[in-house]
Amino acid sequence: MSWVARNWDQIALALMQHVGISLAALAIAFVIALPIGVWAARNARVEAAAIAIAGFLYTIPTLAFLALLIPLVGLGPANAIIAMVAFSLVVLIRNIATGIRQVPAEVVDSARGMGMAARQILWRVELPLALPLIVAGLRIAAVTVISVSVVAAYVNAGGLGTLIFNGIATDHPPKIWSGALAACALAIAVDASLSALERRMRRERSL
Amino acid sequence: MFLDAWRYAASHPQAFWTALGVHVLLSAAALAIAAGIAIPGALAAHRRPAWSAWVTNGANIGRTLPSLAVLALVMPLLGTGFAPSLFALTLLALPPIVQNTLAGLRSVDPDVVDAARGMGMAQREILRRVEMPIALPAVFAGLRTAAVQVVSGAVLAAFIGGGGLGDFITAGIAMMALPQLLVGAIPVTLLALGVDYAFGAAQRRLTPAGLRTP
Amino acid sequence: MILLERVRKRFAGASAPAVDDVSLEVARGEICVLIGPSGCGKTTTMRMINRMIEPDGGRILVDGRDIAQADPVELRRGIGYVIQQVGLFPHQTIAENIATVPRLLGWAPARIAQRVAALLALVHMDPARDGRRYPRALSGGQKQRIGVARALAADPPVLLMDEPFGALDPLTRAALQDEFLRLLRELSKTIVFVTHDIDEALKLGTRIAVMRAGRVLQYDTPARLLAQPADAFVESFVGGDRALKRLGLMTAGAHARALHLPEHARRVAADTPLRDALSLLLDDAAALAVTDAQGRVIGGLSLETIRAALAPPGA
Repeated sequence: MSWVARNWDQIALALMQHVGISLAALAIAFVIALPIGVWAARNARVEAAAIAIAGFLYTIPTLAFLALLIPLVGLGPANAIIAMVAFSLVVLIRNIATGIRQVPAEVVDSARGMGMAARQILWRVELPLALPLIVAGLRIAAVTVISVSVVAAYVNAGGLGTLIFNGIATDHPPKIWSGALAACALAIAVDASLSALERRMRRERSL
Repeated sequence: MFLDAWRYAASHPQAFWTALGVHVLLSAAALAIAAGIAIPGALAAHRRPAWSAWVTNGANIGRTLPSLAVLALVMPLLGTGFAPSLFALTLLALPPIVQNTLAGLRSVDPDVVDAARGMGMAQREILRRVEMPIALPAVFAGLRTAAVQVVSGAVLAAFIGGGGLGDFITAGIAMMALPQLLVGAIPVTLLALGVDYAFGAAQRRLTPAGLRTP
Repeated sequence: MILLERVRKRFAGASAPAVDDVSLEVARGEICVLIGPSGCGKTTTMRMINRMIEPDGGRILVDGRDIAQADPVELRRGIGYVIQQVGLFPHQTIAENIATVPRLLGWAPARIAQRVAALLALVHMDPARDGRRYPRALSGGQKQRIGVARALAADPPVLLMDEPFGALDPLTRAALQDEFLRLLRELSKTIVFVTHDIDEALKLGTRIAVMRAGRVLQYDTPARLLAQPADAFVESFVGGDRALKRLGLMTAGAHARALHLPEHARRVAADTPLRDALSLLLDDAAALAVTDAQGRVIGGLSLETIRAALAPPGA
């Protein structure tokens, strides 16, 4: 444990890299998933196709995916981000689509009756009411992304995985422990806070 | 490029088939052991509300842990090789099976169970004839998720000496040798997709006719 | 047939007993209705008869045998059980649902199939077509018909019914109540029936037990319950229109008197409820002519004769 104290900065750096790359991937995934999710909510065939494709990507084993990207984008954070975005799509699309579809029909009906245009209904009524499910999707996607970026250290993406791989290579348990435990702690913390957010949103919308 | 990979595999048949065999064995064993623990465990938790919270929270937390982190944590404790990998993969497979089995059991309408009890079914009969058939699709959904996770995790087992197709991938990355990399990556992807499809089909087949979404 | 002796039940953590020293006797072939406000203990009492809830004290005898001595599972296979939400097994066909207890009892498949077909016909459904359907394809009324058929499958002498028609709309409920009464004329069952609907109780019950806070306040026939409520609570429970309800239970034929009837007096059949007759008289008639099945006038009704019908005997 004294190793941890002495190398606090190393852990912190790895943690920050990890968080940074995860956030970037999550943001990109969300921006891609949102329009697809909205479209899928309105169109069952689009939904089926989108879920099928995204689901297929999700099933590919993490390291295999990262490896298969190497001939295309080489090593580094870009590789990792592409993989993370690909893995997050299915849960985001599904939750956005379901969330919008679960908005009570009479609410949308009264909005339209009051003279709201389609875009206004989407941004002011449907998405706000779909927020709990969307946050639930983000929660799962965030945990997925954190998990992938642990592995992504192997393709030079940085992050907490570097501590783990380094520790294995040099047979240095404290490094392994700190990397692995930090990654677990990060995942649990993110999951817990997004969970709390989701619960609060449900309460506010009395769902 | 793919031709190179094929040639590589063809010239190293022993290594490939061994790796594939180890991978499948590791995955299947982990799944089977996890199912053997998780399904009865979920059942017990369903019966005892006091345990239910613990089990649910435990499974939820377990589900969020990064796979590689779990594998890495096992190493300083149990060393490297097949057994520690099996242990870690079993741990990874437990949460989705527990969560889905519990969800399936909870989806059984309490009025249906009340009617069954009132008609004179014993506890075991209710489980066998009412609860399990209704919960079975959810159980298989959990097995499906766990199976894919285990196949994917078994790739990472290469890092702690577990063998499997991950060895080809890591070697391929280390030496920047594409054919070798593909010999690992493509079969394992096909394996994961195949397993996903197989469990999905089983899930659909096992859904009782009365519960199928029309 | 069913005897409850000083039965008690208090749930853990409750300040008052759910069932407090209840004694009831239900004769063979009777329908005993348990009625009362929410929380009065009627459902708890019923569920102690098939030991879905175990009593804290007292004895319950079914057909002379103390149920505490019996194996609960065996006991329940000999008692029909119908609940409000029906509880049909969604993963089985209707035929399989009905066959549940016969299968548990080990009947031969041929006998089971025959019985299922007979029961489906009894509840006015088509054995060939409907047996293969699944519960989710049924309406609420059909589901409960199957629920009753399922309870009757092994031909138990006793039926327990917990607000079976409560989840149905008024029209369907009335139809099922009528169908149920017709059914019972063909079969001979002893029934304990829980409801919170006083009109249902008056319609179906041989005797009605009005319960409150775990105790039975009055256990009487519908007529006596309406004519002589035991206390203020029972009186208000049966409703402010008590007299009209009583008239609903009496028929024109039984209370017709020799009256001087005008030439073209309105005619009513002998089985017309006095309540309907009253309505006709109020509408604009001085007297009604009561006719028998052949159309012969057997007597007359006026407002005075109806009021006389309500008076206690000897008044």
